[in-house]
Amino acid sequence: MMKKKTFPWLRILVHLFGVLPLARLGIDALAGGLSINPIQEIEQRLGRAALYFLIASLAVTPLTTLSGWRALAPRRRALGLYAFLYASLHFTVFAAIDYGFDLVEIGRLVVEKPFILLGLSTGLLLLPLAITSFDLFMRKMGKRWKKLHRLVYLAGVAVIFHYALAKKGDLFALQGDILKPILWGVLLLCLFILRIPAVRRGVSAWRQKLTGFPVSRKQTGRESPPEAGRAEDPARQDGG
Amino acid sequence: MKTKRQPAGIPSSEITPKSLYLSRRDWLKMAGIVSASSLLAACGVNPNDPDEIGTGTPAPDVPNTFDEITHYNNYYEFSTDKQAVSTLAENFKSTPWAVEVGGLVHKPRTYAFEDLLKFEQVERIYRLRCVEAWSMVIPWNGFELNQLLAEVEPMSSARYVTFTTLMDTEQFPGQKSPFYPWPYTEGLRLDEAMHRLTLIATGLYGEVLPNPNGAPLRLAVPWKYGFKSIKAIVKIELTEVQPPTLWSTIAPNEYGFYANVNPEVDHPRWSQRTERRIGETGRRDTLMFNGYGDEVAGLYAGMDLGINY
Repeated sequence: MMKKKTFPWLRILVHLFGVLPLARLGIDALAGGLSINPIQEIEQRLGRAALYFLIASLAVTPLTTLSGWRALAPRRRALGLYAFLYASLHFTVFAAIDYGFDLVEIGRLVVEKPFILLGLSTGLLLLPLAITSFDLFMRKMGKRWKKLHRLVYLAGVAVIFHYALAKKGDLFALQGDILKPILWGVLLLCLFILRIPAVRRGVSAWRQKLTGFPVSRKQTGRESPPEAGRAEDPARQDGG
Repeated sequence: MKTKRQPAGIPSSEITPKSLYLSRRDWLKMAGIVSASSLLAACGVNPNDPDEIGTGTPAPDVPNTFDEITHYNNYYEFSTDKQAVSTLAENFKSTPWAVEVGGLVHKPRTYAFEDLLKFEQVERIYRLRCVEAWSMVIPWNGFELNQLLAEVEPMSSARYVTFTTLMDTEQFPGQKSPFYPWPYTEGLRLDEAMHRLTLIATGLYGEVLPNPNGAPLRLAVPWKYGFKSIKAIVKIELTEVQPPTLWSTIAPNEYGFYANVNPEVDHPRWSQRTERRIGETGRRDTLMFNGYGDEVAGLYAGMDLGINY
C-alpha cells in the first residue's frame, strides 16, 4: 500500500504533530520549563498527548464522512501509533519514575483507584492494536483484524473516564474541574454518532447534495474494496 | 481512633523559636551550609526512623524555596492550573482589606487587616500536605487564630468556625465557573480553630504574604490537607452547626469536613499513603496527622477517623 503518495504533505504534517509533544518536552526540559513538579508535568503532558492522538485517530473516519476527503484515511494508522507511543511513555513515567517500580504500590493503586485501572485498561486495549498495525497482520487476519480493531472505541471511552476521574471534582455531579474532560467526551460522542450507519449515510447524502461530488475514491490509495457491502463499517481503524 | 500505624518519634510541634528564625536569604544560605540534621530541630522528621521515610528519600524536612512556594499553587479562584496562578494573581488587590468576624460571638467586629497585626506575630515552619499527594515545607509568618477568637468572645453555643474567601469575579476569574459553589468556604471545629498550631498566615519567609499564597491572610492548619487552609479570608463566622465547605459540597465522598492527613484513609483518586515532596524525585511515606499527631491526636479521641475523614 501507499505506493501512490497523493498527499505527502499530509503525511509529513502528521509526523510533525506526532513528534511535537516530545520536542516540546525536550526543549522545556533544557529551558527549565517543566514546573517545580517536573515528574507530574511530564506524566500529564504525555497523557494528554496520548489522548489527543487517540481522539485524532478516531476522528479520521467521521471527518472523511463529513468532508468526503478520503486522503485522510491512510493517516489513521500513524495517529493511532502515536497515541500508543505517548500512552506507553505516560505509563513508563508513572511506573518507573513516579513510583520507582514499586510494584506493590502500583498494584494497590490499580486495584484501589478506578482512574488508574481505566488508564491501564486503555493501554492494554491499545497494545494488541499497535502490535497488529502492520500490513502483514491486516492481510492475514482479514475480518478478524477489523473486529479486533474495534477495541479502539472502548479505548476511547476508557481514556475519557481515565482523564475525567483523574481531575479534582465529581464528573457525575457536574462539580469541580471537569470541564475539559466533558468537552473531550462530547467530542468523542459526536465522533461516535457520525459513525452510526444511518447518520453516516445521511451526512454523505447531504454533503453530496451540497457539493455535487460523491466521495472521491481514487485518492484513497488502499483498501481495494471501497466501502462496498458494509459501507457503514466503522471499524477500519489502524493501530488504534 | 482508627489508625493502624502511628508513626513514632515525631516531635510534638513545628514551632520555631524566634531566635531560630532567619530571613529568607539566611535560610537559603543555611540550607547550604548547615548539615541537614541541625534543621531537624525546626522541621521535625527523624531521618533515622525507617518508618517515617518514603522510598528513596532519606532527606529530612528542608523548607521549600520562595520560588517553589509561590509558583505551584492550588488557587482555583485564579486557575485550576497550579503554575498559572502566580501570573494571574500578580495584580490582585489585597489592600485595603477587612475581615468580618461574627456569628455566635459576644463582640462581633470587622478588622482592618492592619488591626490584625497587633496579635502576637510568630514564625512557623509547617509541612503542607496537599490532598493531591504532594507536599512542601513552608515558613509562614502570622498569628495564632485563638488570639483573634478570644478577643471576639465566642458564645457557649458556638461549636464551629466558618471561613469565607473574597467573592470577586473581576479579580477571581475562576469564580465565573459554574462548576463550583463559590465563594470558597471552609470550616473547623472550634477546638481545632483554638489549637495553637492553627495559624492565620500573613507572611511567607518574613515577607508580606504573596498573592498566589492567599494574600493578605489565609489559614494554615498543618495537620489537615491543604484545601482546608482557605485563602484570602474576608469573613470568619462562629456557628452552632457544622458548616458546608466547598470541596465537601462538590464531592462529599472524596473530601470530608475534617480532612486530617491520614495515610490509612483512602481517597478515591490519590493514594494517601505516599507523597512527593516538591523538589524530591522519590516519594515519602505520608505521616499520620502530617506528623503533628502528638499535638493534635487528642482532638479526635474516640472518633472513627475512617468515617470522619
